[in-house]
Amino acid sequence: MQTKEELIETLKKIVKPYVQDEQAFENLTEDTDFIKDLKINSANLVDIALDVEEAYDIEIDNESMERMLTVGAAVEIIMSKLQST
Amino acid sequence: MAVNTFNNDYALQNYAHILSKLPYRKPFLFVDRLHSITENGVEGSYTFPEDSYFYAGHFAGNPITPGVILTEVMAQIGVVCLGLFLLADAQSGDIDIALTSTQIDFYKPVFPTETVLVRSTKDYFRFHKLKCTVEMLNSNGELVCRGAISGMMKPKKYA
Repeated sequence: MQTKEELIETLKKIVKPYVQDEQAFENLTEDTDFIKDLKINSANLVDIALDVEEAYDIEIDNESMERMLTVGAAVEIIMSKLQST
Repeated sequence: MAVNTFNNDYALQNYAHILSKLPYRKPFLFVDRLHSITENGVEGSYTFPEDSYFYAGHFAGNPITPGVILTEVMAQIGVVCLGLFLLADAQSGDIDIALTSTQIDFYKPVFPTETVLVRSTKDYFRFHKLKCTVEMLNSNGELVCRGAISGMMKPKKYA
């Protein structure tokens, strides 16, 4: 399984095409908010979730999706889904 | 056959119900009829009245239906009607709708009084985002335009 740092790197590759604020993307941390900081819209946040599902062969449920607002939350959701499969 | 009659009546009532829930009104309602609708897709049509407001300016003395209007017709029939059908079980009557992306290629012009047929196939409907592959045909069956349209659709009382 990937380390947390590797997970963030993979997530950055997935997120990059949807980012509207490049500077916020360059300074990305676990606290970075997809919508407020990276200026991603809610429709593209859905695309990110679907790309994450494909990349990790996991299923993101509605409740997880509602929590998946920051890089840290996304990493935590991916890790917990990977552990439970 | 009695069964078929029942199914047709049921379908017509169902379509009327969806049309009644559309949030558009003249001059920006671009759905006349729904021909079929399932959880995987929808087919419907619209006829452009000769006196539609946009023909006065697009183009001056040479009325042709604007691409943005063709896109709107595809979005209303192909995405919004389908979304209303998919959300038929939603507790709330009111649904928030937002267009989020379009990628359309255009092949044929559409002139005043023409009827167009829109066919839409659902790519996915997840986390309130409905993405569809949509095409429009003219009355000769020729491809007018085709592409992908996405929108967010969710009940207003969604907690």
